[in-house]
Amino acid sequence: MIMEKKDSKKQRFTVTVFSENAVGILNQISIVYTRRCINIESISASRTSIPGVYKTTIMCYSERCVMQKVVAQLEKIIYVVKAFLYTDDEIVHQEVALYKVPTEKLLEEKHLEEIIRTHNARILDITPEYTIIEKTGHNDETVALFEELKRYDIRQFVRSGRVCVTKDPIEHVTAFLAKRDALK
Amino acid sequence: MGELITGAEALMKCLVAESVDRVFGYPGGSIMPVYDKLYNYENEILHVLTRHEQGAVHAAQGYARATGKTGVVIATSGPGAMNLVTGIADAKIDSTPLVIITGQVGTGVLGTDAFQETDMIDVANPISKWGIQLRSAEEIPDVISRAFFIANSGRPGPVVIDFPKNVQTEIMEWTDYKTCSYIRTYNHRPEINEYSISKAAALINSAERPLILAGHGVTIAGAERLLGELAEKADIPVAVTLLGLSVMPSKHPLFKGMLGMHGNIAPNIATNRADVIIAIGMRFDDRVVCRVKDYAPNAQIVHIDIDASEIGRIVPTQLPINADAKDALEALLPLVNNANHKEWLDLFSKLEKIEDQKVHSRQLNRRSSESMGMGEVVDAVAGAVNDDAILVTDVGQNQMFAAKYFRFSSPRSMISSGGLGTMGFGIPAAIGAKMGCPDRIVCLFTGDGGFQMTVQELGTIMEYNVKVKIIILNNNFLGNVRQWQELFFNSRFSQTKLLNPDFIKLAEAYGIKGEDVGTREELQAAVQRMIRHDGSYILNVNIDEKDMIFPMIPLEAAVDEILLDKEERLDVLHL
Repeated sequence: MIMEKKDSKKQRFTVTVFSENAVGILNQISIVYTRRCINIESISASRTSIPGVYKTTIMCYSERCVMQKVVAQLEKIIYVVKAFLYTDDEIVHQEVALYKVPTEKLLEEKHLEEIIRTHNARILDITPEYTIIEKTGHNDETVALFEELKRYDIRQFVRSGRVCVTKDPIEHVTAFLAKRDALK
Repeated sequence: MGELITGAEALMKCLVAESVDRVFGYPGGSIMPVYDKLYNYENEILHVLTRHEQGAVHAAQGYARATGKTGVVIATSGPGAMNLVTGIADAKIDSTPLVIITGQVGTGVLGTDAFQETDMIDVANPISKWGIQLRSAEEIPDVISRAFFIANSGRPGPVVIDFPKNVQTEIMEWTDYKTCSYIRTYNHRPEINEYSISKAAALINSAERPLILAGHGVTIAGAERLLGELAEKADIPVAVTLLGLSVMPSKHPLFKGMLGMHGNIAPNIATNRADVIIAIGMRFDDRVVCRVKDYAPNAQIVHIDIDASEIGRIVPTQLPINADAKDALEALLPLVNNANHKEWLDLFSKLEKIEDQKVHSRQLNRRSSESMGMGEVVDAVAGAVNDDAILVTDVGQNQMFAAKYFRFSSPRSMISSGGLGTMGFGIPAAIGAKMGCPDRIVCLFTGDGGFQMTVQELGTIMEYNVKVKIIILNNNFLGNVRQWQELFFNSRFSQTKLLNPDFIKLAEAYGIKGEDVGTREELQAAVQRMIRHDGSYILNVNIDEKDMIFPMIPLEAAVDEILLDKEERLDVLHL
């Protein structure tokens, strides 16, 4: 199943957690969710532009009042710098999807070029056996391409977790750390 | 070049540098290098050998709660570490500073299900404030200094250090030890927001029916004096949570008793009539709030708490102040006007009279044909110690009766397992409290059930001659569960009756003096003998098995829906 589970009362939220790169931090973050039985739809973690600071981006469906408490609990973790709660309109977000399709079937397709163009996808690798297509975009866009490629017998499909940056002009984490470091 | 020492010795040096003079623990295979070094440090660090690791952690909690210092616990890997789990969870929920050092198998065999290997850090993750596994001896000073800083700053809590055996024996170069006071991701003392403080002062100054709810955070911050000053200056009644008991002397005219399920009538009723509530260092626990949607409907709530995640967690707050209680009260006091709330305070007097008549007198003046109730025993002990002792309780009816009928004169005098409600907390916590405050009388009230959960710690009392006064309120029942069974489960007493041993013979086996108290006539004299005795003492008091703790707010009821006894409900409309 690639479509996400939806519950009418629930809304999609993205939480970003800025933390030190400490062993076990992901576990500490995820138990805040599991304690409240919130299923994590996607998660991704990486370095940021700030030295030593890592960013974990977590997407889930929940209610705002619950998520505000989740964020407060996340900020309590000793090695967490800051955590933020966003709805989709407050961020620019993106995912990457990879599709592995048998080359033979693809070659029969007259509209292959059109599909690649309209979905703004890329071909990463072609061998006599398979072709790897890449698509970056929003969730619904990567799903749309999946639907289109279905008839070519998709062998593998994988989607990354969501990554995002804020639309807010202020870089809160940088400002927060500068303030903290001044107290040192 | 610094001195070359082992990791285990580095730990000893760190403990000495952190002014630790007492640790509670139990040795075992994976922590033996540490115990071997401890042997060299006997003059600096007294190790208290409890009879079970759970006893060690509860004793450390009692010690920390009585003194404000960080309790230190040492245990081995696997079962040793697992036996600490209850105490760690208890310390987390009751904000008790602990540094816990657990042995671990060598790093080379980690993850192989080696003998006595458990993943302690992950087990402790949801119940500890911070946890880390040492991976090399050279990081010991830095990690230990962080551990002590984290455990006893901000909202205190338990910190777990997992110490693999090969790291204990690894050689490191000791240079010097710096205590930690800064971690960039951890703001232990939030700045005071002047604007919020001035708004809070304005609210208080405009209030007609203000009420202060004081919790454990006031004790932790050492803000008892400031709390009294605020209450007196603005003439505000003070109600406390279970762990907030003793923040104000029981005889203070503005002290109005305890909140919640088995709290006093006046503060519970007043909660729903107050127009401004100033909550200080308390977290609106469900046993305090009862039915949330009917809680404090007329009040604007000012919530002062050092833990930002507690603000708005249960009850919506109009004015959040994320700060240390002492910092907030210091800032608030000059802005608060002198006031007089006589009419409002009259309501409390009226309600106190009702409680005296309907509850206390029934409890304290039982008919001579009736067997003893818990309240009269607690009252007798409180009188015998001139209202100035450290009260330690176990969990259940004994805890609630002790909380209601004991009286306090000085701060840090109430040690109980509040949030977790851990039966078996009592004996070891009393040991720790007495070791922390040897000059104060420590009275433990426990039930016959909880007493037997950690009864092996009588061995610790014997070995270290810990002069605690233990009162077993013995009804041969798990009384609190029995009470619920009688009230809400049609008196179906499923698995609550206990066949008990002769507790005094048991005490005798441990060399502890004790006596059975069967009747009311013997009570006063027996209590006097217990208090005067220079040593530990056990009073096994025969209690009416039908005795119940009232007032009571049943589950799902609101704070003003109060039962005065089995049948009688407080009539709030005609007050």
